[in-house]
Amino acid sequence: MSDKNHDPNQMTGAAMIVRALKDHGVKHLFGYPGGAVLPIYDEIFQQSDVEHILVRHEQGAGHAAEGYARSTGKPGVVLVTSGPGATNMVTPLTDALMDSIPLVCITGQVPTHLIGNDAFQECDTVGITRPCTKHNWLVRRIEDLPQVLHEAFYVATTGRPGPVVVDVPKDVQFATGTYHPPRKSDVHVSYAPRVKGDAAQIRKAVALLAGAKRPVIYSGGGVINAGVEASKLLRELVAATGFPITSTLMGLGAYPATGANWLGMLGMHGTYEANMAMHDCDVMLCVGARFDDRITGRTDAFSPGSKKIHIDIDPSSINKNIRVDVPIIGDCANVLGDILQVFKAEAKKPDVKAWWQQIATWKARNSLAYKKNNDVILPQFAIQRLFEATRGKDTYITTEVGQHQMWAAQFFGFDEPHRWMTSGGLGTMGYGLPAALGVQVAHPDALVIDIAGDASVQMTMQEMSTAVQYELPIKIFILNNQYMGMVRQWQQLLHGNRLSHSYSEALPDFVKMADAFGCVGLQAIKPGDLDGAIKEMIKVKKPVLFDCRVAALENCFPMIPSGKAHNEMLLPAEANDEATAAAFAGGKALV
Amino acid sequence: MNQPASAYFLEEQKTPNETHTLSVLVANEPGVLARVIGLFSGRGYNIDSLTVSETEHQKHVSRITIVTTGTPMVIQQIKHQLDRMIPVYTVVDMTLTGRSIERELAMVKVRGSGEPRVEALRLAEAFRARVIDASTESFVFEITGNTTKIDQFIDLMKPLGLVEVSRTGVVAIVRGPEGM
Ligand SMILES: Cc1ncc(C[n+]2csc(CCOP(=O)(O)OP(=O)(O)O)c2C)c(N)n1
Ligand SMILES: [Mg+2]
Repeated sequence: MSDKNHDPNQMTGAAMIVRALKDHGVKHLFGYPGGAVLPIYDEIFQQSDVEHILVRHEQGAGHAAEGYARSTGKPGVVLVTSGPGATNMVTPLTDALMDSIPLVCITGQVPTHLIGNDAFQECDTVGITRPCTKHNWLVRRIEDLPQVLHEAFYVATTGRPGPVVVDVPKDVQFATGTYHPPRKSDVHVSYAPRVKGDAAQIRKAVALLAGAKRPVIYSGGGVINAGVEASKLLRELVAATGFPITSTLMGLGAYPATGANWLGMLGMHGTYEANMAMHDCDVMLCVGARFDDRITGRTDAFSPGSKKIHIDIDPSSINKNIRVDVPIIGDCANVLGDILQVFKAEAKKPDVKAWWQQIATWKARNSLAYKKNNDVILPQFAIQRLFEATRGKDTYITTEVGQHQMWAAQFFGFDEPHRWMTSGGLGTMGYGLPAALGVQVAHPDALVIDIAGDASVQMTMQEMSTAVQYELPIKIFILNNQYMGMVRQWQQLLHGNRLSHSYSEALPDFVKMADAFGCVGLQAIKPGDLDGAIKEMIKVKKPVLFDCRVAALENCFPMIPSGKAHNEMLLPAEANDEATAAAFAGGKALV
Repeated sequence: MNQPASAYFLEEQKTPNETHTLSVLVANEPGVLARVIGLFSGRGYNIDSLTVSETEHQKHVSRITIVTTGTPMVIQQIKHQLDRMIPVYTVVDMTLTGRSIERELAMVKVRGSGEPRVEALRLAEAFRARVIDASTESFVFEITGNTTKIDQFIDLMKPLGLVEVSRTGVVAIVRGPEGM
């Protein structure tokens, strides 16, 4: 390497960034340009290995990358400029942190000599994003850039996945240095997530499982994150043990909704049988879930009689909310594999017939029932029809946040992992539309549907323009109840039905709006319109805004009222005015 | 006891708090202290005392000593949350080792004359505090010891003309030949 000009590893910081993306197998990048990232955009312009998707707002880029990541298992990559570009990323970064989604976000920064000067479009990006990333870096020297880029990908995708930010000042993008491909030594020696579970703990777990009379498996998003293999092993374990299984919102699809042992989702709007099984079980196997407060209800009455086994890759998830008896730290797939092996070798299928009979009586309560209506479309019915129409198709569902999200979780059946993208931990309205974009970019021929609410969809509506530009035929299926339904429901149940600012006043005409964006607008007003319009939506190979007019005041049940335990659920059949008032009044008095 | 209308279950704390001293070895890089402090403020943990300094220059390792208070479950959380930070090498709960030595250094300025001044000097001797500055009407004492000893000394100085105190916060190390 006598002549520096011929060293292929000599390049600018901007070129290193694009090169690192290629070296990490990145095919798509979501971003928005600005002064502090122009050198990188210049590099992007001069190559074709990495395709850049131009969004309309940086938040859209973030959620698109999340959808991309969640549906592929690969990291989502984002490029934004300094200042407002970076601050617009705060919501998706936080969202990704809460739901453990691997994102690599590259932000431009003002030149190093201006940092701290309140320069134009300067903000303390690493300071602002420190609490909403798994880790972040400000790269002040070109010498550090290749190592940091590689470490960023490693940190985002290993252990408990999460978002990372690499903040690169403009002078570092211009500077020339020596690039190196990814290597082991790029990573902090202090970062070594544990993958393999402790053998003794695994034996203890198997002993508990083998002796269980009223077992339940409770799985979460961690199983999805651990890859398809983890879902496969989970299914094998369910088959080997014959145990009932429920899952969190984030874990839907790891075990098939059509599977014989499926209890439905658990938690605040979970099924009666799932929550009762959690409450009355004697052995609980929690796989890749974190005993979140939407799941546990009141913690002091949570599953009082059970021995709890908890598999998680993140030690800080263990004993955070609920004390467990057998913690196992490790990767879900790895630990499930070990448990399965020991179980098959040493245990026989426990007799849980009586338990299944008990569960059948809970199931018979039919907690997801709703009254049919021939005049107005009920949201639950709309989702059921949508589900029926998409059966057998290569379908991916994203959602916004609200009642429609819960109904989607309750009524859309997922038989495979990575098919369900929703903002669980942060509950970000506006997530679903851009997430659908990201999913469609990753799966161009799939049917990608955002089950949306009329209020949520307005938060990131601008991304329809992106969908049109890149010919991404996403379907935005709006359950339009003309309310922030979930807010209205809480106001009705807890605040004397004073509907303070939860009415969606001055709603745009979504069909005309579709027209204005250059996509397709469809509408269904009567139950009889629904199937035809859904069929049409699936048929058109363009982005669609579907205005599905649904009953305005429908409530989402069943429900665990606040301050109540799993066995104090409010069921739809019983949710008349008095029962509801009593349930919630009791909740208030109780705690 | 009445829970307000809330979407969250509001639980009262029943378990008593404990005080623990944690030693944290970290990579000495920009922002590492901000991360640690941000963790404590962001998650509502207490910091009773925090000290930090580079301890192995060649390896860029710093040692942070934190004294914190919380329920046993919260203390365990704090350790896990610290441990999963990328630049953190190890977290040791010094209190749980049962063999930890803890020291703090304080500089204590006392102003006075006559009998109180003599009394301050006498007490300082009893506490093995050194005089590191003196004027005709003041002393600055340097005192090392555990937190209780220093608190006690400061309390005694109050009526004798205590002006101000500067304390390092707690540092800790485990007895015996092994390192952490
Ligand atoms: C960004 C954001 N702001 C506020 C909220 C609080 N919030 C939760 S659900 C909801 C209403 C959602 O209304 P809509 O999208 O119409 O869905 P619906 O409940 O009617 O199905 C609101 C305001 C939120 N989750 N996210
Ligand atoms: Mg609505």
